[in-house]
Amino acid sequence: MTRLSDVVIRAEGLGKKYLIGHEAQRERYVALRDVVARNLRGFVRSAGDVLRGRQLIAGDEVEEFWALKDVGFEVKRGEVLGIIGRNGAGKSTLLKVLSRITEPSAGRVEIKGRVASLLEVGTGFHPELTGRENVYLNGAILGMSRAEIKRKFDEIVAFAEVEKFLDTPVKRYSSGMYVRLAFAVAAHLEPEILVVDEVLAVGDAEFQKKCLGKMGEVAGQGRTVLFVSHNMAAVQALCANAFLIDKGLLTFASQTAAVIRKYSETRGSDNPFFRTSRNLSPIYLTNANGKYEQSKESESAKIKFKLEVIVTTKLSAAFEIRVKDHLGVPVAFATIGGFNTAEVVSFVVGQHSYVVEIDASCLAKGSYLFSVDIAYPNILYFDRAEDCLEIDVDPVVSDGSTRMLEQRYGFGCVHLGAKLCNTY
Amino acid sequence: MDASSPASERVIILEPGRAERNYWRDLWHYRELFAILAWRDVSVRYKQTAIGVAWAVVRPFLTMVVFTVIFSRVAKLPSDGSAPYPIMVFAGMLPWFLFSSVLSEASGSLIGNANLISKVYFPRLVIPSASAVVALVDFVVNLAMLTLLTLWYGFLPGWRALLLPVFVALAVLASLGPALWITALNVKYRDFRYIIPFIVQFGLYVSPVGFSSAVVPEKWRFWYSLNPVVGVIDGFRWCLLGGQSQFYLPGFAISLAVVAFFLWFGVHYFRATERAFADMV
Repeated sequence: MTRLSDVVIRAEGLGKKYLIGHEAQRERYVALRDVVARNLRGFVRSAGDVLRGRQLIAGDEVEEFWALKDVGFEVKRGEVLGIIGRNGAGKSTLLKVLSRITEPSAGRVEIKGRVASLLEVGTGFHPELTGRENVYLNGAILGMSRAEIKRKFDEIVAFAEVEKFLDTPVKRYSSGMYVRLAFAVAAHLEPEILVVDEVLAVGDAEFQKKCLGKMGEVAGQGRTVLFVSHNMAAVQALCANAFLIDKGLLTFASQTAAVIRKYSETRGSDNPFFRTSRNLSPIYLTNANGKYEQSKESESAKIKFKLEVIVTTKLSAAFEIRVKDHLGVPVAFATIGGFNTAEVVSFVVGQHSYVVEIDASCLAKGSYLFSVDIAYPNILYFDRAEDCLEIDVDPVVSDGSTRMLEQRYGFGCVHLGAKLCNTY
Repeated sequence: MDASSPASERVIILEPGRAERNYWRDLWHYRELFAILAWRDVSVRYKQTAIGVAWAVVRPFLTMVVFTVIFSRVAKLPSDGSAPYPIMVFAGMLPWFLFSSVLSEASGSLIGNANLISKVYFPRLVIPSASAVVALVDFVVNLAMLTLLTLWYGFLPGWRALLLPVFVALAVLASLGPALWITALNVKYRDFRYIIPFIVQFGLYVSPVGFSSAVVPEKWRFWYSLNPVVGVIDGFRWCLLGGQSQFYLPGFAISLAVVAFFLWFGVHYFRATERAFADMV
């Protein structure tokens, strides 16, 4: 590690194009008979057009979709770089191009050194094979040599905590064991460049913490890591620098904290606040921000919203906040003045910002989508900003508990208090 | 860490349409993955089927019995020289089963491993070639049966049997060419998989499996050898029937040429399309 500052990945004008035609989008795969039929149809149609003297339309309508466009960056040796963006922004496509799974459609990338990609935990795990066999299989698939796996085998098994079940087919594993074993193999990869996509979002809280620790360790060994995650806390903890990718473009590259700030800003100012009939409304939202806060002393947690509104006519109205879980299922509701009209907010003309705090102590760990409405209870909505905020509820385990309710358990999103009683 | 020293570091350049310069070296680098995928396929196959080995034994045995009855007793076709008819049938069936199972295993392999293709990079050629190994394991079982059969008839093949590995390799190469082509096509157009059962069924009758290729009229024999399996089966019989089978050299040469062409074409087509596999599976 003498030349710590040299560049290991250099991308210039990188682009990835997908063709989305009508047929291609509707079906999962193309069958020859469809191609023949389509071409035949196209041929008959254009022949008809020629006969009638109309202008020729070439083939089927095919739309070009650039999942990545003109992306350029440099990554230095030993750098741990976060990549942030919404779903479908092109992060995963970028990782796929860098890990050579798919070929770029434009531009050029130079990569120095061995790249290992971790786009999924347990790639190639076979349910019929035992844990031991799957460690060798998965290791080989991720690019480890047999000798390397043999050397690290005990370490991997200890990390996964599945010693007793090594010779059991993994189809009999619990999902937790399965994920732990899969991650353990991946965590012991030692490539020069590691490309990681959203794999920390697996396992229970304790195991996630262990994985984060392991990732930090990997990063500390002077290896180059590209890290995609929706978990901003993890990105913040691991990466010094980050990129923001939006609609296939690299829009912002800077220190992680600044990029995360920019990311939450762009989230807030996007289309949820755009309405064509906006100027007809006497009051509307222009922006919303929110953050999750947990107080250390008490066990309470809250979410604070900063809502910016423009008021053109003096009026009274209620704030209504609707909460959906990560699957988009409505799970909770909070309001100021929505139920009790004595509490409605009196708005005066101008541009104002309001801070609304809601109690989030009972919410399960996970991410939530928030919609904000301004309404006159039961009568009309002045403005509705649908799904305008996404906030991670990430409680720290309090003293005495070993686990907490999490959305992904599928037990619901609300943790209700319970106690033993003597009488009924 | 030797591998991370800049001197041994290879620079990979990714550009649209750029052919991988170190393709074959890369393939060699991934030989362990090849071995482990082959081992996975074999072990899963024998784990899942309780009668795995029995199946590999019963199928060729019954086929041999039926072919002997139909072609030797009913159609009264001659064997090669003085070789017992069942042994001659078996010596033709071995390469045919090898050919057809490599063809069917390899041609479906890319679709069967779609999850790997879309998540990890490695030379895609590893997948179809690893799946051919399963067919080789079945072949070894069949070969053991043939050995028992020759002992039963007291008909030993002699020194020529030592050349058998050459023809085994030829059989694998003969099927790998078309298999690579079809498996690559299969990624894009899924209906190509229906071609395989047809080739396997049809090929059994147009190839000299149940009869000796010597029964084909002399003037057609050269053209008959355009079927690459003819050359392979003739080679097997030459090895295993202890000089009772005549080796028809011009026919073998043309079979060899056809095998070479398909192999080149298959690899060529596969390489030309493999970079887009991840976008299509």
